[in-house]
Amino acid sequence: MAEQMMAADGRPLKASLNRALRRQKIRALALIAPLLLFILISFVMPIADMLFRSVENEIVENTLPRTVVALQDWDATSGEAPDEPVFNALYTDMALAVEYKSHTRLGSRLNYETTGISSLFRKSGRRISRFDTDAYTDAFTAADPAYADPVQWAAWMDDDALRAKLPLTTSAYDGWEKMIVEAEGDVPTEEQPWDFVYTALYNDGVNGAELPIAVDVSQIEPVSIRAQFSDVDDDWLDPDVWQTIKTYSPTYTNGYFLNSVDLMKGAEGVEQRPENERIYIVLFIRTMIMSLSIMGMCVLLGYPIAWLLANLSARTANLLMILVLLPFWTSLLVRTSAWKVLLQQQGVINDVLVWIGIVADDNRLELINNQTGTIIAMTHILLPFMILPLYSVMKTIPPSYLRAAKSLGATNWTAFWRVYFPQSVPGIGAGCILVFILAIGYYITPELVGGTKGVFISNRIAYHISSSLNWGLAAALGTILLAIVMALYWAYDKIVGIDNVKLGG
Amino acid sequence: MSGIPPYATTGQRAWYYGFRVICGLIFFFLIAPIMVIIPLSFNAQDFFTFTPEMLAFDPAGYSTKHYEDFFTNSDWQLALRNSLKIAPVATLLSVSLGTLAAIGLSQSHVPFRRGIMAILISPMIVPLIISATGMYFFYSNPYIPTPFGKIELPFTLTGTYLGVVLAHAALGIPFVIITVTATLVGFDNSLTRASANMGAGPVTTFFRVQMPLILPGVVSGGLFAFITSFDEVVVVLFVGSAGQKTLPWQMFTGLREQISPTILAVATILIAVSIVLLFVVEMLRRRSERLRGMSPS
Repeated sequence: MAEQMMAADGRPLKASLNRALRRQKIRALALIAPLLLFILISFVMPIADMLFRSVENEIVENTLPRTVVALQDWDATSGEAPDEPVFNALYTDMALAVEYKSHTRLGSRLNYETTGISSLFRKSGRRISRFDTDAYTDAFTAADPAYADPVQWAAWMDDDALRAKLPLTTSAYDGWEKMIVEAEGDVPTEEQPWDFVYTALYNDGVNGAELPIAVDVSQIEPVSIRAQFSDVDDDWLDPDVWQTIKTYSPTYTNGYFLNSVDLMKGAEGVEQRPENERIYIVLFIRTMIMSLSIMGMCVLLGYPIAWLLANLSARTANLLMILVLLPFWTSLLVRTSAWKVLLQQQGVINDVLVWIGIVADDNRLELINNQTGTIIAMTHILLPFMILPLYSVMKTIPPSYLRAAKSLGATNWTAFWRVYFPQSVPGIGAGCILVFILAIGYYITPELVGGTKGVFISNRIAYHISSSLNWGLAAALGTILLAIVMALYWAYDKIVGIDNVKLGG
Repeated sequence: MSGIPPYATTGQRAWYYGFRVICGLIFFFLIAPIMVIIPLSFNAQDFFTFTPEMLAFDPAGYSTKHYEDFFTNSDWQLALRNSLKIAPVATLLSVSLGTLAAIGLSQSHVPFRRGIMAILISPMIVPLIISATGMYFFYSNPYIPTPFGKIELPFTLTGTYLGVVLAHAALGIPFVIITVTATLVGFDNSLTRASANMGAGPVTTFFRVQMPLILPGVVSGGLFAFITSFDEVVVVLFVGSAGQKTLPWQMFTGLREQISPTILAVATILIAVSIVLLFVVEMLRRRSERLRGMSPS
């Protein structure tokens, strides 16, 4: 074997080359790293956050932790509301949630799934402090004054053996202690525990636990928490309400996704929503159809222009190109305002049509606040995105091919259809995907000229974020839209290659 | 296709002129909506169509009152100032980071090149409403989650100048990457080697050799980034608050609530700006082609 080749510094040539290559790689990555980090933090992580929110559902578990646990044994198909222990847990959870003011947020969250829960939670929140459970408090403090002593309570609750014996009381007291410090800003050793702690103590007593100071609980008149809740609102005895709470108690949910394709979770699993609540499938289909129409219009209008530009002399083509590039460079809002002004019933287009005599003055066309308006305005806005890729492909097709076809006897149409058109297909593909990707996510133009019939799925996403505050549903709709766009982007990358995107001709 | 041969049949002539008429109509469709705005912005009335006085070229039918409103109304002036404060900083950020990364990406042997490119281009592909939704959620948290735990921030980014600038810079980056990469494709690497051979350090080489050659790409990328931020409304609506109200935001609310004729004046000014930008980019493109030894087309 030949002697190993050495570099000038005496190292083996191969190692030396590898080292240089590695250094080059590191240098390239070091140049890219700041931007990559910036994009990751300012863009990729926000998108990931949105994806996460479409399945995240911690609010039920965080607001009603004890109820969620107690509900595990309840059979949702029984047709009956749960029993006393679940209501006891709910009582503790609600009493705490009211102090944190989180019960209204939970109510709004569950209201997305079953209407009426929001008001049920609000109403119960207002009434919870007036429950008859003070009977327990009075009974315990009458039996022994130590039960009214905050310091004594704190001492009991520091005793691990006692804690193990009184599970319900411990849980209620801990929740109360945390709440007193966090929400009220008070000191637990200076406040007598609230009624729900005594209710828990009573329930531990009834369950046979040994109380810190013996009290005969059988002498205390029981208060039915279930009856207290049903006094506030009969809906608490409705198994559907409990069904909803149980269905949405896990930390993660597919509920938002089901909702965004007009499905819901029922007692027997996934089922369709009632006819009058199905809106998203229709909206997705409409978004698709309108984006396809816009794409079709763009091909129809863009193809002749690209062909003309590609076949004119360079000087004339450059001049005419300005007519394509000027709209491309003009602000989106300027162009949308232009269409909003032009398409009005008293706008320029209707005025011209009336003046020519095509339409009667009292029968002006409705061109705005409907699908027509959206399609016209968006075709105008996206047309340059069709012309530019088409033009760049057509410029590479030699005009001699057409002449050759004709000299071989093809008619004009055959020559175009069999020779020229197939070669321009990559341009059509690139332009179509580009226009479709851009159209499907549009928000501003449909919002301003679309009315109610001409809006896209993105307008619904914006509505859920700023008006209905159903963020999870907005995130789920956004995730579906993102998936569609990503699939198209992948196709675009396969067909055109993302490196080949050209801007401004 | 220069002219029509004298032996063309009537049908061929009809097709030739018919096709040109069709193309003319499409060009009209592209340009007319923008051009109609300009005379309408000088309307003396608060109408959105031509008044009989305007059609008769009666000077009484024209006025500059909408422009006066734009330059005196505090809402519009605040919006203009905000736009002029946000866009340049966002542009600077995306151009400086983007140019460095594009140079890195253009070198041979970059690991994960395709993946990195896809991530860097993604702000352009992801629909704005989705970017805006994600940024709205993420920027309203007072922390940045990392695999090693949360980095606590003493503030949230929503409703701040910084938040809008970061968001807009992210949106502008793909344009910088694309334009700078395009100029680097034809870049002759022996120039940097020659420069290094003559004793120039990497920094000197960058500023004296590489930078002048890729400058057209950098500037046009910067212009794209600037116009992206200057024209962007969805993200700023979600991430910003009233204090960051930009010109497009003011136009958007103006259009949605009631159409104020001042919008037409603003639109005309913005059209003038875009004409200027169009010519700057075109000049840069020609310069870049000349520098790379191609004949300008």
